[in-house]
Amino acid sequence: MNKAIKPAAPVTTLSAAKEQLRVVIVGHVDHGKSTLVGRLFHDTGMLPEGKFEAIEEMCRRRGMPFEWAFLMDSLKAERDQGVTIDTSQIWFNHGEREYVLIDAPGHREFIRNMVTGASNADAALLLIDADQGVRSQSRHHGYLLQLLGVRQVAVVVNKMDLIGYDEEKFHAIEQEYRNYLEGLGVTPTCVIPISARDGDNIASASDNLAWHKGPTVLGALAGFAPPLGNEDAPLRLPLQDVYKFDDRRIFAGRIESGRFKVGDELLFSPSNRTAHVASIEAWNTPAPVTQASAGSSVGFTLDEQIFAERCEVVSHLDNAPVETDVFHVRLFWLSARPLKVGDSVTLKIGPAAVRSTIEQIERVIDVDALTDRSAESIARDEIADIIVRTTQLVAIDPHQDLPRTGRVVFTDRHETLGGGIVSMEHYPDQRKMVTVRATNVTAEAHRVTTAQRVERNLHNPGVLWFTGLSGSGKSTLAMALEQRLFDQGYQVYVLDGDNVRGGLNANLGFSPEDRAENIRRVGEVAALLADAGVIVITAFISPYRADRERARAAAGDGFHEIYIEADLETCESRDPKGLYKRARSGEISEFTGITAPYEAPDKPNLVIDTAAHDINTCIDQLVAYIAENFRRS
Amino acid sequence: MRVYAIKLKTAINESGVKKYFTSDRTNSDPCRFFSIITVNPMNRLDRLEAHSIYILREAYKQAQPLAMLWSIGKDSNVVTWLARKAFFGRVPFPAVQLDTGMELDEVYAYRDKYVPEWGLDLRVIDCPPESEMDPDLPPMTRSAARKSAGLRQLLEQGKYAGIIVGIRRDEEATRAKERVFSPRSVDGAWEFRDQPPEFWDQFMTQPPPDTHLRIHPLLHWTEVDVWRYTEREGIPVNSLYFARDGKRYRSLGEKNITAPVDSDAATIEEIIAELETTRTPERAGRLMDSESEDSFERLRTSGYM
Repeated sequence: MNKAIKPAAPVTTLSAAKEQLRVVIVGHVDHGKSTLVGRLFHDTGMLPEGKFEAIEEMCRRRGMPFEWAFLMDSLKAERDQGVTIDTSQIWFNHGEREYVLIDAPGHREFIRNMVTGASNADAALLLIDADQGVRSQSRHHGYLLQLLGVRQVAVVVNKMDLIGYDEEKFHAIEQEYRNYLEGLGVTPTCVIPISARDGDNIASASDNLAWHKGPTVLGALAGFAPPLGNEDAPLRLPLQDVYKFDDRRIFAGRIESGRFKVGDELLFSPSNRTAHVASIEAWNTPAPVTQASAGSSVGFTLDEQIFAERCEVVSHLDNAPVETDVFHVRLFWLSARPLKVGDSVTLKIGPAAVRSTIEQIERVIDVDALTDRSAESIARDEIADIIVRTTQLVAIDPHQDLPRTGRVVFTDRHETLGGGIVSMEHYPDQRKMVTVRATNVTAEAHRVTTAQRVERNLHNPGVLWFTGLSGSGKSTLAMALEQRLFDQGYQVYVLDGDNVRGGLNANLGFSPEDRAENIRRVGEVAALLADAGVIVITAFISPYRADRERARAAAGDGFHEIYIEADLETCESRDPKGLYKRARSGEISEFTGITAPYEAPDKPNLVIDTAAHDINTCIDQLVAYIAENFRRS
Repeated sequence: MRVYAIKLKTAINESGVKKYFTSDRTNSDPCRFFSIITVNPMNRLDRLEAHSIYILREAYKQAQPLAMLWSIGKDSNVVTWLARKAFFGRVPFPAVQLDTGMELDEVYAYRDKYVPEWGLDLRVIDCPPESEMDPDLPPMTRSAARKSAGLRQLLEQGKYAGIIVGIRRDEEATRAKERVFSPRSVDGAWEFRDQPPEFWDQFMTQPPPDTHLRIHPLLHWTEVDVWRYTEREGIPVNSLYFARDGKRYRSLGEKNITAPVDSDAATIEEIIAELETTRTPERAGRLMDSESEDSFERLRTSGYM
């Protein structure tokens, strides 16, 4: 029954474990993946004993030529419809390496399976049928590989026998597909003409394809670089759990990038707490562990008891992750239920899970033509750019900086809906906004009360926060309103964008972070003036909802958000300072409404439509609003 | 490989495994604490271990109440060991043996020795008798189905949200399609045609109501990995795995449906050498697998591990 299995040679020392490389094989359903793998196994002598003969006999009985795909199928016990039902994996040894060949099926639901199969791959073999040329699915595969972060791609043009091993036809396919990949910023490691059925260019160079100077498939596998270590990147350690099995309080998680050692000062985000590493905990190690690096699942204790839980990301103080509640995601959507603006989903960022809302669908991408269009919803298997708003601050990285902590997965109760990669374009890191540096501060109480100020001024204080696009009329209305209210006896003062930047905020530029700081300071000054009894009118674009919410928090109950509304076209036609013109010409790089986002208020206290009404009507509306809300009864 | 100039003493401590390092100075060197050493950042076993620990910690956090199946074979012994690594010496959930009463004597002896030594919270489930199994199944498959029935009993009793199982993708074709977190209905049915997508280590931790999760921390390991790790960590090995009189057990199952294979491998080193050249499948000695073409698939879709 069982054949004798004996060691090949006497063994004296334990040989080292081989390096493992995970290779996903993708391709259209009939382009010959199974044949390629079957042939690869055979040509490298990796087939189980008797397998080849059994298939040979089966094909002979059926009166058909030898079918290599049966080998793969029998290795995987595939008996259904001749297509792979789900991702499966085959182990394959060659040279100094072990390869895990991951079969990503090419049938209808291929994206879900390809995502599962390719997301952990170090490299990919992408098959194209020489007879059929580059197909829509070939482009889709290339796009997804890039999105999933599989950076090494060898393109294999199969069935060269069907086109008579024609060099010119091969080069036409090669050029077409190289051009497509180039559009994605991907350069294939090689493009190989093969005939999997006949073994041309699989394990050995083919006489039929003598004009091909590049590697064989086996050579391409050997040429893939091993997975890159992340230990020199900034430290990211998303917390998985906190254990209190005994008197130790152990923080546990996996280091996604970077390294740390005992004694290091660590920063926890988004809570912004810091503490030093007291110990790195480990069980059954030959010596105490004092340092750990990327890839390790670690446990550590701190020198002081700080509250931190699963949603936190640990880093060093330098090169910390971004803190934000809004960002862009390039998304692949897997669910049968379309995604729409306003939908609420759970977002997973590593171990952290946070509720979030789809704020905007920026574009749906046509993967074939690499063009995009606007859309109201995103259907299954579509790829789109969206803006996501989370209900609380999260610690995250732009994918281009740190891929492993720059990707998110969308879930809803019992379903994994989709995934995507993060970009922070135009959005500020909000960390500075929430970092309190001044400690040991005790507030002194005023002797003059708010009530006394109201008694004297005969009106309540407060902040009228104007927000709207450049050119919507904020400054014009603010100054006119200040005049009208002053004439009526109000204590009133306008904080205007350019005026404040002349002094208080002269040290700030126009980066997303500086814009956010600009608004934070204005919000605090407005709150102080309101505390002094004044009605403050602010006239700032203030495009980010998070910034306005902070201003509201600073001013408290007296905060009134007033949306000065005018469509972009109207604002651009007014262009009082010539800024739109300069933005359109590219002279100003970050301009709200053109190249940077404007987040309209969700529930403003008042909307003034300056496109529909003249200035006087608008002022009348504002004065009426103030009389109603500020005049002392 | 990276080269660092660091304190030798620290360097040995920081990875803890001396064999990764080579020193170009001797201890008699006055500058012995400053030396050029070569560090291999993480080897294959380190990576496998770290990934398994990540999975176990996710399971512990997300799938409570949680239990671990412990068949007392080489794979589930490694899972138990990994749990002790993940939770710093303890296994913070019950270890369940689905007992048919038909295990080999050495298996029971191993259990009774290491339960107290490892501090395991052992629960033994007596599997229902063969007479209660589906009579349509081939005889040995029917015998194996007792474990699926025992597992159902466990699930009914304990209302477990998660069951940790030490299966591996390379063992068998249908297991190659498994997810790390795999939702199952109460009767254990597995819909391998409609599995949730699983990527970037984001697992389906909240299965629909009336389902539980099979959690597979060893899915990405190979048979050789299990032995190399067993050797590196010094995990006690059941003597049945070592050749006696030209035969050894490659995979442990009930004595009525498991056969030893021909082998002379009497040490872990020899087992590894044997596995690196053999083309006989691991489960060749598990007789029910080959009883009919789809035996194992039928077992698995109806709840087998």
